[in-house]
Amino acid sequence: MNVPFEFFPAGEGVSLRDGFGRALVALGQVREDFYLFDADVQGGTGAKPFAQAFPERVVQFGIAEQNTMAAAAGFADTGLIPLVVGFSAFTVMRAHEQLRTAVCYGRRNVKVCCSHLGVDVGPDGATAQMLEDLATCRAIPTLKVLVPACANEIQPMLAAVLNEPGPVYMRIGRSPSPVIYPQPGPIEVGKAHVLRPGSDVALISCGTRVAAALAAAELLEGEGVSARVVNLRSIKPLDLEVIQDCCEEVGALVTVEDHNIYGGLGSAVAEAVVQMQPAPMEMLGIRDRFGRSGEHHELFARFGIDVPDIVAAARKVLKRKR
Amino acid sequence: MKTMQQAILVKQLEPKTEAAAELREWARRIRVEVLKMIHHCPAGHPGGSLSVADMVATLYFGVMKVKPKEPDWPERDRLILSKGHACAAVYAALGLKGYFPAEEFLKFRRIDGLLEGHPSINIPGIDAPSGSLGMGLSQGLGMALGARYARKNLRVYVILGDGDMQEGATWEALMAAGHHRLDNLCAILDYNRLQAEGRVVDTMDYEPVADKVRSFRWAVEEVDGHDCGQLLAALHRAKARKGTPSFVIAHTLKGKGVSFMEDLAQWHGTVPLTAEELARALAEVKGGRMLSQ
Repeated sequence: MNVPFEFFPAGEGVSLRDGFGRALVALGQVREDFYLFDADVQGGTGAKPFAQAFPERVVQFGIAEQNTMAAAAGFADTGLIPLVVGFSAFTVMRAHEQLRTAVCYGRRNVKVCCSHLGVDVGPDGATAQMLEDLATCRAIPTLKVLVPACANEIQPMLAAVLNEPGPVYMRIGRSPSPVIYPQPGPIEVGKAHVLRPGSDVALISCGTRVAAALAAAELLEGEGVSARVVNLRSIKPLDLEVIQDCCEEVGALVTVEDHNIYGGLGSAVAEAVVQMQPAPMEMLGIRDRFGRSGEHHELFARFGIDVPDIVAAARKVLKRKR
Repeated sequence: MKTMQQAILVKQLEPKTEAAAELREWARRIRVEVLKMIHHCPAGHPGGSLSVADMVATLYFGVMKVKPKEPDWPERDRLILSKGHACAAVYAALGLKGYFPAEEFLKFRRIDGLLEGHPSINIPGIDAPSGSLGMGLSQGLGMALGARYARKNLRVYVILGDGDMQEGATWEALMAAGHHRLDNLCAILDYNRLQAEGRVVDTMDYEPVADKVRSFRWAVEEVDGHDCGQLLAALHRAKARKGTPSFVIAHTLKGKGVSFMEDLAQWHGTVPLTAEELARALAEVKGGRMLSQ
């Protein structure tokens, strides 16, 4: 299918939700089978361009996330694809049981695409800064979990999400983040992407932290350290092959995520690593605290998931490397 | 005591008495299977299963457009038992209609059986997972919306429990169905006035429920939930109604048809039924106590 994606220039800081809006419009032009399930958050989630282009394909539920999610489950039963948008803290957290029981246990083809994740949310503060979604969504049987790293990657990723049978959760950011992929190719659910080769340490991350990992790899190169950068875009299913390569070929891992340290990307990688030829790991994430207000870049630094933190973690794990 | 409204309803129904008698017989057979299932299991929710038996019989044997040999037929009418704990009654109806072999009845809730303790869509004929209260009406309105967008001429029925009405999400769904004017959606409230631990009115009283639901832009009717003729008439009127969803308040008794269970909250939960109790219950149900009401 030739989808008329419009990509942003590489290097530019663009919000992932702006990429999401473009992805929706582009895909809306080539397929008629999906509908936007909105709980009065078109603007906040970046879905407004789709709502303007295809007003007849928006189903409005008002501010009632539980009803939106369970209704999506029922809607999918008639063969159409509901794409539920929302702020993750409200859509995924409040409607979590509906997502589990009505959508996933019901084997419904529902796509859930949320903005407002992690401290990336910024000044709105802790209420909307969802730090738990990877943990809770990963734990729901059959639910797949994908995280785009930039406003361009989200476009083919949404195409893959719509093609994937069954329920999928996609975690979208809010604040501007560097565009990493100038012309992203098709995305396969369950596959990670090695963005940069390296042999001393592997930096594994997702979402906005991938750009930080790339910047950290540049700095490490200046210190003579060769860092492999992995965009772990598919949190579930996990790309075990890429993780195994990191263990065997590199032998020292750093994970970094804008999520609670418990249950997210780092945990997923660690669960895999301990069942392989284990390599030492350092795990960066929000250390079991709530977020707070501030600019997103200030918060990344405050909570220890910024470029210097990644560099320091790499140095630390290298000391433990066998 | 019948109200004036109910008396009028009964009068309107006279040409349909034959259909109603047939439905009563199906309801009786559903009750027999429910009691046997719960005895063999040995557990289940007898009270609520018996209270929905007549509406389940009316829906499956008098109203709904379904194909038991093709359970996933896309154009079928849907039923969501939001009070999923009463699933023995729906399983009985599905088994009697031939969705699965009757041997499954005796494996209800067992590891080697098809019939889960609460509805699962892995069971032929079950249209939605349920058993978590407050999710059925939302799923039903989603199906009704989907049917509208997919241009499918089908109807969606949701059986709500009176405990269901205490879940906030049910009210979100009431609000949305009224807003979207879903005339292909019909909810039936099994209003037996008892919940797990006691009377609804003592636990969390939400009366006047008819007024509340009407104010959310639903057409509301009240019927005797054990009178298949009244249920049939109300469901036919709902089908003819345009521009508004329908809400049928079915006044029922928990444990209906078995004298020692009727109107007692203690028969709500996973209560086993002894052989002696089963024999007494079956004698009452088979003996036509229901017909002499």
